[in-house]
Amino acid sequence: MATEIAFPDAAAKNAAAAAESQSESMSLSMGPSHPSTHGVLRVQLEIDGEIVTKADPVLGYLHRGDEKIAENMTYNQFVPYTDRLDYLAPLANNVAYALAVEKLVGLQIPPRCAAIRVLVSEMARISSHLMGLGAYGIDVGAWTVFLYSFEEREKLYKLFEELTGARFTTSYTRIGGVARDVPPGWLEKVGAFCDQFSPILEEVLALLARNRIFLDRTEGVGVISATDAIAYGLTGPNLRGSGVALDLRKDRPYLGYEHYDFEVPVGTKGDSYDRFAVRGEEMRQSVRIIKQVLAGFPSGDWFVRDARRIFAPPKDKVLTSMEELINNFMIVTEGPQMPAGEAYFEAENPKGILGFYVVSKGGGVPWRMKIRSPSFCNLSILPKVCVGEYIADVVSILGSLDFVMGECDR
Amino acid sequence: MADFYFSLPPLLRGFLQGLAVVLVIFPIAGASSLAERKVSAWIQGRPGPNRAIVPWFAAIPFLGRFLQRLGLFHLAADGGKLLLKEEPLPGHVHKFYYTIAPWLGLIPAFTTITVVPFGAYWDSAMQTMHPLVLANVDIGILAVFAIGSLGVYSVILAGWSSNSKYPFIGSIRASTQLSSYEISMTLAVLPVFMWINSPGSDGSLSLARVVEFQSGTHFLGGLWFVFLMPLSALIFLIALFAETNRLPFDMPESEADLVGGFHTEYGAFKWSLFFVAEYAHMIVGSAVFVVLFLGGWNPLPWVPVASLVHWFHLENLPFVVGLVSIAIFLAKVIFMIFFFMWVRWTLPRFRYDQVMRIGWRRLLPLAIANLIFYIIAIALLT
Repeated sequence: MATEIAFPDAAAKNAAAAAESQSESMSLSMGPSHPSTHGVLRVQLEIDGEIVTKADPVLGYLHRGDEKIAENMTYNQFVPYTDRLDYLAPLANNVAYALAVEKLVGLQIPPRCAAIRVLVSEMARISSHLMGLGAYGIDVGAWTVFLYSFEEREKLYKLFEELTGARFTTSYTRIGGVARDVPPGWLEKVGAFCDQFSPILEEVLALLARNRIFLDRTEGVGVISATDAIAYGLTGPNLRGSGVALDLRKDRPYLGYEHYDFEVPVGTKGDSYDRFAVRGEEMRQSVRIIKQVLAGFPSGDWFVRDARRIFAPPKDKVLTSMEELINNFMIVTEGPQMPAGEAYFEAENPKGILGFYVVSKGGGVPWRMKIRSPSFCNLSILPKVCVGEYIADVVSILGSLDFVMGECDR
Repeated sequence: MADFYFSLPPLLRGFLQGLAVVLVIFPIAGASSLAERKVSAWIQGRPGPNRAIVPWFAAIPFLGRFLQRLGLFHLAADGGKLLLKEEPLPGHVHKFYYTIAPWLGLIPAFTTITVVPFGAYWDSAMQTMHPLVLANVDIGILAVFAIGSLGVYSVILAGWSSNSKYPFIGSIRASTQLSSYEISMTLAVLPVFMWINSPGSDGSLSLARVVEFQSGTHFLGGLWFVFLMPLSALIFLIALFAETNRLPFDMPESEADLVGGFHTEYGAFKWSLFFVAEYAHMIVGSAVFVVLFLGGWNPLPWVPVASLVHWFHLENLPFVVGLVSIAIFLAKVIFMIFFFMWVRWTLPRFRYDQVMRIGWRRLLPLAIANLIFYIIAIALLT
């Protein structure tokens, strides 16, 4: 009513003013070279002031064609390439890959080998989560947490080096076993590490978990509902942070995980803080598993003894017996001989479910290999979860998803 | 020597004073950058910079090794590198503003330090202490705020002239943040100046006078303002963190999301000027905080330097008294700088909107309430 009396052209003026005050959105390319995109992820953002209106992940800056490479080499030769998938947990990748190929041939590994693999997988989980937690600290501005957790990770790497000969690119598993048995005295060192690690872990977690600023930055930020998490194919701590208790170690146990007593932590709200908290709790559970493995560490073979065409014979026999020498030569040059067929195996890796789909037409080289990488699927939710958040929160969300571009781009 | 100095023409004296500021602040800023690396290393359980060594120094028995461990040569090497490095001027920048922006950050910081008293000398004729200050202007704190707040232009211009998105966002954040916290900062120090100016008499905003009021020996006279007005001190300190762009308020350059913030496009010497400016602002801020709330150059509450003079019979050694007071003052400033670093390497960073919310919804009402409380308190006391 009032407008009719006073301003006949008010509507037009209002419209013009509204058009003028309409803020212009700006496109911002975050990455591929950016301190917080953890590698070479590029997020094409559209921002309205400080608010993100659109987020488009652009992938492929680290694409190496791992799946195609796999078709051109023997099964054992591909093990080093699995190191470079999730390069923060190479041992877990080695194990998952070996298990997938062994599933193809239906190989049963001896208990000692399974125990070693569980041990290294859980150690890899701790080292990966330590890195994820520390990097998350940097993302929200807390540098010190990173260096605290890095020191512990360094101790783990020392242990890896002693076991595999390499700190980073471990290449530890072979089809039908592992590269070498655990060195004498190594298990005690792992036990000692676990004992000193637990209090430090509590300290590192306390640095963040009770920090008001950290809570402000993470609580209610990047909320992923359970439905969304399932719909986008999230796995690992990201899925469990949203309250879905999917853990293949419990739901589809492999390597004898059913014998170990551990819990699967889940979040309640699905925000960044829940994902952080789930990772913290998973490290505690991993320590529990490692202690149980160490307590009942089986003796016996650490490779499959009767798989003559798959696992190369022990070195001492190779140098003394003609039969074994020829066998070794054949396995090294032509690869472990697989039957024709296909197999899909997925393992619960630190970042989520890592799956290998191996198609064989017989012989020592896969005909096709498909890798289901958890980081790739976890990142798919980025366009949905980033919209409406602040620019600084994009960083916080990326950190909480804890992805690795090596495995995302493959 | 003092007489010779005072016999110089005022222009030359002013020049010498300016030179003194540069020669004092630059090394302190440099030392602060080394201290930052050492303090962060200490907090994070690392050795920090401890490798670089100049060959001849390595031959000195204990000292050479000590200086190497201290990382002193890293400081020299860094400084030398930044000086000698090629000065890049990206093609897409506005050249004039891009070039002057770092200087605009440095000048206010160096100018404000001139009005901050940093010590006192013993006047044996008058049996009192006189403050040592380059320019004892009556508007003291007002000059600090007025000139110090010009530093924001440096950040805005740097971000804008870089013609790049991350610096642009950084400079916009800086302009809002710096102007928001200035209000709380000013309101927080008002009670101090109401306290030292009795109503009706000639008012003064001189910083030296604030220290004078904390140099007494009786109950209220000797009490440092941090104990008398803890809330003011707290608000001022928080605002200081925001004004100096230090974590947890380092929005303008939060490297996690904005890469380098407003100085992303800068390199070599221009970048190092920003660096020095940041530390210079920190030093000035710490010095002002020490003067306002931590009793200036007085060693302890109720124990002014004048008492030391009487206890240790230093009446005839004015230079020694001056050096002692400067040393005490510097020690406090260094503690404040350490505190800045301590916080930086301990806390995570706020988000931009949280910074704004704290500034406007928490600090500002608190500062106003604090001011009203002291208005009533002072009115009742007088």
